Amino acid sequence: MATIKINSDKCKGCSLCVNACPKQCISFSKQFNKTGYHWAVLEKENDCIGCGFCYQVCPDVCIEVYR
Amino acid sequence: MKKILSRPESLKDNQMHYCPGCGHGIIHRLVAEAIDELGVREKTIAVAPVGCAVFAYDYFNFDTTEAPHGRPPAVATGIKRTNPDKFVFTYQGDGDISAIGMSETIHAANRGENITIIFVNNANYGMTGGQMAPTTLIGQVTETTPFGRDPKREGYPIHLCELLSSLTATTYLERVSIYNPKNIINAKRAIKKAFQYQIEGKGFSLIEVISNCPVDWGMTPLDSIKWVEEKFIEEFKLGLIKDKTEQI
Ligand SMILES: Cc1ncc(C[n+]2csc(CCOP(=O)(O)OP(=O)(O)O)c2C)c(N)n1
Ligand code: SF4
Repeated sequence: MATIKINSDKCKGCSLCVNACPKQCISFSKQFNKTGYHWAVLEKENDCIGCGFCYQVCPDVCIEVYR
Repeated sequence: MKKILSRPESLKDNQMHYCPGCGHGIIHRLVAEAIDELGVREKTIAVAPVGCAVFAYDYFNFDTTEAPHGRPPAVATGIKRTNPDKFVFTYQGDGDISAIGMSETIHAANRGENITIIFVNNANYGMTGGQMAPTTLIGQVTETTPFGRDPKREGYPIHLCELLSSLTATTYLERVSIYNPKNIINAKRAIKKAFQYQIEGKGFSLIEVISNCPVDWGMTPLDSIKWVEEKFIEEFKLGLIKDKTEQI
């Protein structure tokens, strides 16, 4: 069991986490956040292995990893 | 489930102003994590540069001051010499450290000041809109080299670590990058080691972090990290440049 929590307000939609996730489980929201970005969301919730790659590459430190 | 990775205590919960995908945020986190792990947050004094990291005091959760452009090594020298029990580091861009501040950098290194420098090399002047820096690659298009950097006119990229390695007093110099998780974890190891050396009184350390500047490079964040991997680190080879403690 593993999951991540993404801070939708702080995310700038840079896509580095989407690219780094070895399980391709992150995608983008359809809506915009208050700064005007599509934020990253954990779409395939059951596929997350809690490796923390997304945390490592996130320039805005908006991801928390749980395992 | 337990929380295994989250914002370090040494990083405030503020929104950073950096462009989407900019490496500054990653490097801030690595510095903050290293300081947490070494338990020196309460006695840290950081010196921020002029450049995109000018607001570092809004993000770091420890005392941080701001130096005139290029002068952080001189300011850090004064702070460290008058407060030798404090933990003192500077955080500087390539324009700051190797253009306007080259003199302060070389002389602080040559004196072997017991400070640490985190040098963020993004191959241009980020804050002012992407002008050529001393580290700009040959042929790289910037605001001030619209036809690409021509060595006949603008000289060659300066390799600061190699330059400083010839100085007797420098202790530890390493070049790392942040274009993928493996390199990010390695960059943290180097930053922590440099910090540890200062705590042990071993003298001058500088960690050069090869970073990205997607907006001024005119690239998407993904293209920018690809450019780092394919072009940037071809010119600026990663690895240990000098560790005097290993030579003895
Ligand atoms: C004395 C002085 N000269 C020039 C400037 C204008 N200036 C502001 S930031 C900057 C360059 C910053 O580039 P760099 O150090 O590479 O950092 P980056 O923004 O890329 O992180 C310059 C020239 C200034 N603020 N002060
Ligand atoms: S201008 Fe470049 S260095 Fe500055 S915040 Fe934007 S991407 Fe980062």
